[in-house]
Amino acid sequence: MDTDLMLRVYPFFLQAAGTTILLSVLTALLGLACGTLGAAARLSRFALARFLGAAYVSFFRGTPALIQLFILYFGGPQIGIQLDAFEAGVIGLGINAGAYMTETIRGAIISIDKGQREAARTLGLSRWQAMYKIILPQAARLMVRPLGVNLNMLIKATALVAAISVVELTYTAQRYIGSTYKPFEMFLLAGILYMIIIYATGRAVAWLDRKVQIV
Amino acid sequence: MGLDFSVIPGYIDIVLLGCLWTIAITVAAALLSFFGGIFFAVIALYAPAIIRLPFRLFEWVFMGTPLLLQLFLIYFGLVQIGVDLPAFVAGVIGLGLHFAVYNSELIQTAILSVDKGQMEAARTVGLSRGQALRKVVVPQAVRAVIPPIGNNMIALLKDSALVSVIGVSELTLSAQRAIGATYRPFEFYILAAAFYYVINLCMEWVQRRIERRIALSR
Amino acid sequence: MTDRTTYVQIRHAQKAFGTLEVLKDISLNVERGQIVAIIGPSGSGKSTLLRAINDLDPLTSGEIWLDGVQVNKSLPFRQYEKHINEMRQQIGMVFQHFNLFPHMTARGNVTMAPKMLKGLSDKEADALAEEQLDKVGMLERIDYYPSQLSGGQKQRVAIARALAMKPKLMLFDEATSALDPELVDEVNQVMKKLAEEHMTMIIVTHEMDFAAAVCDRVLFMDQGVVVEEGPPSVVFKNPEKERTRAFLRKHLETAS
Repeated sequence: MDTDLMLRVYPFFLQAAGTTILLSVLTALLGLACGTLGAAARLSRFALARFLGAAYVSFFRGTPALIQLFILYFGGPQIGIQLDAFEAGVIGLGINAGAYMTETIRGAIISIDKGQREAARTLGLSRWQAMYKIILPQAARLMVRPLGVNLNMLIKATALVAAISVVELTYTAQRYIGSTYKPFEMFLLAGILYMIIIYATGRAVAWLDRKVQIV
Repeated sequence: MGLDFSVIPGYIDIVLLGCLWTIAITVAAALLSFFGGIFFAVIALYAPAIIRLPFRLFEWVFMGTPLLLQLFLIYFGLVQIGVDLPAFVAGVIGLGLHFAVYNSELIQTAILSVDKGQMEAARTVGLSRGQALRKVVVPQAVRAVIPPIGNNMIALLKDSALVSVIGVSELTLSAQRAIGATYRPFEFYILAAAFYYVINLCMEWVQRRIERRIALSR
Repeated sequence: MTDRTTYVQIRHAQKAFGTLEVLKDISLNVERGQIVAIIGPSGSGKSTLLRAINDLDPLTSGEIWLDGVQVNKSLPFRQYEKHINEMRQQIGMVFQHFNLFPHMTARGNVTMAPKMLKGLSDKEADALAEEQLDKVGMLERIDYYPSQLSGGQKQRVAIARALAMKPKLMLFDEATSALDPELVDEVNQVMKKLAEEHMTMIIVTHEMDFAAAVCDRVLFMDQGVVVEEGPPSVVFKNPEKERTRAFLRKHLETAS
């Protein structure tokens, strides 16, 4: 193993890891926003909203994220959407992650016993009041773990933006493999950093999950 | 620049051929991941510690890093140690190993949940430990995890797009070739997405049928 | 309206799920302070009728009136939502499975709606919670979560939660059916206390003894119609209809 080389290039990997983290955070936030909207649409009392929500989930979960990214980044300019690679990465992956999160959020909401909604409505709460005061606080606790799984997948999916030349961890590893012909060493560097990010996120999710449990 | 879908028919044959390669690589990698998953699960649970612990590390690394990075490692790593495999084979190995690890997780849990009495019963009729695993425990466990493994296979189809990056001429790379000739990325990527979507629907349909059959046989 | 307005009126209530008729032209008047029990076999429509009163299960046709206001008015969606929320504030409901909010303490369960809908301050709401929980004998558990309470205690908190809205009418939907036998009495005691305070109540129940002791009137329902109606002394002791007699006989057998 060429440790000298590894010591020489690791600062570039650290910098790239910063980009991966930034990408992950922004993507997660956009994903959460899209997931919330998607779940609201899928649970709406309007048939059109339900249909649009279902179509969103079906398309983005039914096709490769890489293709979605390419449509946005390379095809976007044809329909007047000009984005740089990083922006396209965040938006493309965020919308994709949102489709998965839609199902997570919706699943948690519909798993709350319907007696809870009935009890709230019986007291005179409106649909919206019952949702945000009674249903969502309970559903949110159920969402933490499965959203953690979504987050884990999302962090790994940020590697896809290497294909549109965003200089994050996987792109950096690929470039150094190309220039040094040391695939194992470069994989090791990038892999360790990915695993640190994933492990730390996992711990944070587990902590949050314990934190939000009732009694 | 606007959109012009009339360019598609001229290149439909390339894209259709790519479609066939996508199906081929998905099927090959799915088979590898299925049997690999069973193999890995048995190793992870029953192999001696000297094999088991490094193997656990390997599993952990594969679950903690992106598939794309793993594909680069396998493709370039094999070249480095002098094994010059066609991109297709490297792609199948990469996808297959990646999903084998995920399948193995499922199968391990299932094996552990198969009643202990099953193993004991098999041993009392004279089967060795290996025979009992092969004939009694593993088949039951695998049947129990067919539905979630189906989900992994569907995820595998979509992740097969990544092997375009190491030069496998499947659907995504075929679309890129057509784009190279026409400069029409939107049209051809949408076309590729449509093909993926249809294959995806077919897989979901098959999965539902299999699930129903399993539900009936219980 | 005449001067002797009936407090609760159900006029020609009908309810169908597809072709299945669950309620067939039911009418019922309840005076202020009266307590009415509805009994009958499962599937007779008694719970559906109760849940129609606050529009949890809307009627197919018919009218529900409370204190001179129609509960199930036909209005455009938004106006109707506003109207029904106001009506429901005046109609307390207690469920078989309590439906307490698990993420709130007993205090939180009781104060949530008054604070949110009536604009009570924290201090006023706390005083209200203490008053209502004291009434049901749950004051010392005021800061417990539902998961820390027994079934009977949960149901008493649920009653306090409904009472905190100062309802004109209380609906009980088999409030003791999900309880272990030894916990039934503590809930019955609370309901008795409400009866003594002349709370208007409609009670769906399986407990004939309790109904006989507390109620002014008993309705026997079967297959979506009111078969027999009258004071408990008549309905339980000398029922006119054969169906009522058969039901009571069967009930006695299974109860003993």
